Amino acid sequence: MQTWQFIVQNYTQVLELTFEHLWLVLVSTALAVVVGIPLGILITRRPLLNKPVLGLANVIQTIPSLALFGILLPAPWIGARADRLAILALTLYALLPMIRNTYVGIKSVDRAIIEAGRGMGMTDHQLLWQVELPLSLGVIVAGVRVATVISVGLATIAAAIGAGGLGEYIFRGLAMVNNQVILAGAIPAALLALAADFGLGWLEKSLSPR
Amino acid sequence: MHDAAPPRDLAIEFRNVAYRLENGRELLCDLNLQVRRGETLVLLGRSGSGKTTTLKLINRLLDASGGDLLVEGKPVRGWDVIRLRRMIGYVIQEVGLFPHFTVERNIGLVPSIDNWPPERVRKRVQELLKVVGLDPEVASRHPRELSGGQRQRVGVARALAADPPILLMDEPFGALDPITRAELQREFLDLQRRLQKTVVFVTHDLREALLLGTRIALMETGRLISLLTPEEFVRSSEPMVTAYLEAFGTDLHDWRTH
Repeated sequence: MQTWQFIVQNYTQVLELTFEHLWLVLVSTALAVVVGIPLGILITRRPLLNKPVLGLANVIQTIPSLALFGILLPAPWIGARADRLAILALTLYALLPMIRNTYVGIKSVDRAIIEAGRGMGMTDHQLLWQVELPLSLGVIVAGVRVATVISVGLATIAAAIGAGGLGEYIFRGLAMVNNQVILAGAIPAALLALAADFGLGWLEKSLSPR
Repeated sequence: MHDAAPPRDLAIEFRNVAYRLENGRELLCDLNLQVRRGETLVLLGRSGSGKTTTLKLINRLLDASGGDLLVEGKPVRGWDVIRLRRMIGYVIQEVGLFPHFTVERNIGLVPSIDNWPPERVRKRVQELLKVVGLDPEVASRHPRELSGGQRQRVGVARALAADPPILLMDEPFGALDPITRAELQREFLDLQRRLQKTVVFVTHDLREALLLGTRIALMETGRLISLLTPEEFVRSSEPMVTAYLEAFGTDLHDWRTH
């Protein structure tokens, strides 16, 4: 098959782009975890913040990705380099599943269990770390999984602003009207998404209670 | 009327306590109630009568909207809420065991968060398993691997772990089959004879109230209707009490034979 030949012939570049792609996804997902999970926890504690935070994350989600890159372009420091820009945009997209799953995960822990914990004199901190987070870990990881898979797909668009990744081939192939080149980007990207989905799915299952 | 106990014999005292929801609905109205040290006070009533609300005011899962509530002679608001709760054992119907903790960690929870050394916690857990009649080897199991009766025993053991002077029990045997329930009720009586805790016990089951209670506080729509010993209760001519007795049938004369 020609696509296969193309990949084999250009394997160093395919690998390079795959690593770039992975880098964009990993950094942005890690940032989304670091920001999104605490935000999700925060809105279980401060119900007033619930609507504004989830609403904002929702709005971000509705901005088309190319437009988001454009909006972020004038930002200082961030706008100076394409990969920073791409990482920020991907992080913003990944926030909603992170925040929402953390919130929903914690909120769906059985009230009787929480009440028993509080009644026995657990502090809010102890309740969070020993009860709520362990029991909602499966749901939270499901959020990471969704965010990661979405990111793998979205990261292809980062090539449009010159941030690299497997999107390079997709855009180049589109411009050249060459399916081989498109597939040389699309197939590895799809495999990455599948691998992330499978790996995190396994983690999710092993972390879910019972 | 009941002879007023001297204050130092009171573990818990409600003085004109009220509890209202934020929308103004009154769940508890002008409650006056004294719980003596070492007694088992049963709060009896239908759902919505305010018995669980009363219970949760004691360990401040709810905060009274009016009146004074004293625990061990001190207003509940004067207590550090965490300390207050750790000296009050709490058992609820759905048990509320932590599904991701082993039986050992569940029972040892309060001692652990109170920073007992691990070895002492472990010893205490073994001791408690014996107290509630469980095989020591269940310690390493998870709650889902236990029967309903076993889980409820673990719940009781957990409440007793830090040897609290007061126990609050909210329909602890409500979800059990009749045979297991009778067994646990019997064991509770045994245990209570030995440990002499101050127990506030919520139930809607008259038989359970008559069997376990030193005194029975009958509640209806947020008010205390009567406060009677079981002997007084079965002989009472108070309309609410007789309605309750009738609802539970006629064979109550032998309520203390088992």
